[in-house]
Amino acid sequence: MELTFYVASAIAILSTIMVITRYNMVHALIYLIISFLAIAIVLFVLGAPFIAALEVIIYAGAIVVLIIFVIMMLNLREETVQQERSWLTKDIFIFPAILSAILLAEVIYIITSGEQIMLDQPSIDSSAVGMSLYGPYVIGVELCGILLMSGIVGAYHLGRQKKKIVHRFLEHAEQ
Amino acid sequence: MEKYLWLVPALPFAGALILILGSGKLTKGISGFIGAGSVGLSAAISLVLGLQFLREPATVIQQQLWSWFSVGGLSTNFALHLDALSMVFIFVITFVGFLIHLYSIEFMHDDDGFTRFFAYLNLFVCSMLILVLADNLVLMYLGWEGVGLCSYLLIGFWYKEEKNGYAARKAFIITRVGDTAMAIGLFMLFQTFGTLTIQEILNLAPQRLPMGSETGTIIAFLLLGGAVGKSAQLPLQTWLPDAMAGPSPVSALIHAATMVTAGVYLITRTFPLFELAPLAQNWVGIIGAVTLLIAGFSALTQFDLKRVLAYSTISQIGYMFLALGVGAYSSAIFHFMIHAFFKALLFLGAGAVIMVLHHEHDMFKMGGLKDKLPVIFWTFLIGAGSLAALPFITAGFYSKDQILWMALASEKGNIWFFLAALIGAFVTAIYTFRMVFLTFYGEEKTHVGHPVGALITIPLVILGILSFAAGFIELPHTLGHFTLFSDYMTAVVPATELSPGIESTEWLIQLSAAVLCLAGVGIAYFFYMKRTDLRAELKSSMIVTNRFWYSGWGFDQVYDFVFVKPYVYLSSINKNDIIDAFYKGIVSVSNFFHDAFARTQNGVMRWYIMGIVVGAIFVLSIGLLFQ
Amino acid sequence: MKAIPVEAGLILAGTLFMLGLISVLIRRNIIFMLISVEIMLNAAGLAFIVAGARWGQPDGQVMFIFILTMAAAEVSVGLALILQLYHQLQTLDGDAANKMKG
Repeated sequence: MELTFYVASAIAILSTIMVITRYNMVHALIYLIISFLAIAIVLFVLGAPFIAALEVIIYAGAIVVLIIFVIMMLNLREETVQQERSWLTKDIFIFPAILSAILLAEVIYIITSGEQIMLDQPSIDSSAVGMSLYGPYVIGVELCGILLMSGIVGAYHLGRQKKKIVHRFLEHAEQ
Repeated sequence: MEKYLWLVPALPFAGALILILGSGKLTKGISGFIGAGSVGLSAAISLVLGLQFLREPATVIQQQLWSWFSVGGLSTNFALHLDALSMVFIFVITFVGFLIHLYSIEFMHDDDGFTRFFAYLNLFVCSMLILVLADNLVLMYLGWEGVGLCSYLLIGFWYKEEKNGYAARKAFIITRVGDTAMAIGLFMLFQTFGTLTIQEILNLAPQRLPMGSETGTIIAFLLLGGAVGKSAQLPLQTWLPDAMAGPSPVSALIHAATMVTAGVYLITRTFPLFELAPLAQNWVGIIGAVTLLIAGFSALTQFDLKRVLAYSTISQIGYMFLALGVGAYSSAIFHFMIHAFFKALLFLGAGAVIMVLHHEHDMFKMGGLKDKLPVIFWTFLIGAGSLAALPFITAGFYSKDQILWMALASEKGNIWFFLAALIGAFVTAIYTFRMVFLTFYGEEKTHVGHPVGALITIPLVILGILSFAAGFIELPHTLGHFTLFSDYMTAVVPATELSPGIESTEWLIQLSAAVLCLAGVGIAYFFYMKRTDLRAELKSSMIVTNRFWYSGWGFDQVYDFVFVKPYVYLSSINKNDIIDAFYKGIVSVSNFFHDAFARTQNGVMRWYIMGIVVGAIFVLSIGLLFQ
Repeated sequence: MKAIPVEAGLILAGTLFMLGLISVLIRRNIIFMLISVEIMLNAAGLAFIVAGARWGQPDGQVMFIFILTMAAAEVSVGLALILQLYHQLQTLDGDAANKMKG
């Protein structure tokens, strides 16, 4: 199990690196699915099988598919890849990479500075999660319902293309 | 009748209110009717009151209307006080004011601002009545500033011409100098007496202020400053000639008959304070004497008909101050009354002439009006005779002669005052008849427009009769010894104390005054009728003096140099207000930060995320350093 | 179950988060930015799971479900916004939507 964790972790990190370096959007998404699947394994190893299933179903399934749908709707062609190539130069990498590296170094330092604790608790099954969700966190569940509702309404409203909606700040620039 | 006293100022005020509120809606006929009618009613009330005062001069009518304000130790009432002195003033203000209102109906008939004119004029009459009827000095100051405001509004009445606005501002600002002095005087009075009610102050004065005390002298000088500013005396006389920019009825009412004599009223009203400060009172006389000479000589050289009259007004008020200075209060008030009649007459006559000649002010372009405008000529001649004090037949002779006599005979008088007054009388005669000869005699130089109507001639005739006949209510010892006016005035002011053993010379003085006056007329006749060629020669031989006198003895230039130029210089240095620099600093600092922060709002989302990352690094680093 | 140190799980979450962050910072394509945000959210969820596993409590998993819900809602609204943006500006360049700059 220990080895599984490390291998899955390595795959997750590598595939994520591939995601962020792809020029083609569809390729990036396929690497993203791999990354999610690897993380699902990590989750399983960490004793959360229900969450691992959700990771596969919702992240790798629903969300990525949604993004692919949008890419299809936009009907993006080869030029997009060329454009992406021209945008993604080496210079643009350096400063954000340095910043993120500092951040990561600090986080790792903080994480490792304490005493080492092993994850040796037994796995938590879905029934325990369900009892917790509909017990003390029921208000959170209802809020999630409202959030999804507003997400649907917002997506519908924003996605409408009946007529061109120009924000009043942009009106002048448009004309 | 006494309880209707408040109506005297209230009626013109109501008239002014109606005219202001109804401006633009009232027809000219209604405006004129309201304007003249309200003052006419006031005049009627004051006539009735006047008859009562003639029977009993010692009457005092006190009317407390309401409490104005009460702060700390100062409680001020809106109260009216009518005695023999204010009676003379309200009679002149309402009566002469009424005649001038009548005259204005025709004079201003074609003017666009007809309603506005009557609104201002009514407001002026109201303010002037408050000034003279005020029971306390605060209320009096209200009227004092009110007339100043109306004077400003009316001088600048034809505001579309820039120079009129300039003249109005000049008048306002210069009189403000005097008003400030007076305000300080009022503060000192309150500090000394703890009250500003005039009668209380006058009663307390002998106890609180010893004879010739420093405080008393300063107060008297400050009050004198206010009087000097309002009455256009030296050294604040320069605004009055420019004030002629206003319409002629305004010059007649405000700048001849009433407002400019407010200073005379003030000094007469507070005469006990001046009696207690002999130095200040002496200076009243000196200022009067010098002013009457300076203004008289200036009047000799003017071209503009109205400016001659303006300088002569300054000069005549100088006579009143001279009389006040020698303690001849009754004579000053007598001269005030007669002067109001004849100077209003002269201004109205001059206004009529100017109107008929299509706004021609230059006397040298007039002439030959004697036969064309007989009514104006004869009334103007009576007024001029009165101003020049033609012996025995004119009112001016009796009033001015009294001052001449008092200047010498009073205990406080001296030979210099007398000589100044005598020379002044001589000069007055010359410039008055120079004016008459230039305007009405000789050949016609400007075409005469349509003749004037009844509303102009009637006031002229009435004022003409008064200028002629009003003098007979006070005759000197040598000529009948009839002392109606001075007896009447003794209710308020004491009779003048004469130097012992001087009565015998009175006839000599009268004779010399009469002779000099006639000589003056003769000189005017010689230069302006007989030998007009000599005039140019005389002028060219005295060109420097002429220019000097023409400019009013260079006071304007001196003030320009001493006050205006440095002030303009200082303001040009401080053009960008130093104090503003501080606030501008705040603005520029804010602007700097605005620019700096606005630059971060560049609309590129990645920058914002970068900002968050940098912030996170910063916070984490701090946490690590200080854990 | 062999012991896996807590640090390892947290470092994995941190590394994934950092990669997502780098991607957000360097990408101009707005769809890529959205994908990067998903990576970061997922990493945050992973950290919760590790913490839950550390204490043997279900709360970490509950939190992951909340984050999942949030991510789903966010992606739907975000994609609608992308569609609208593309429709308005005819580009996927996130820098082009800078009309509100100060």
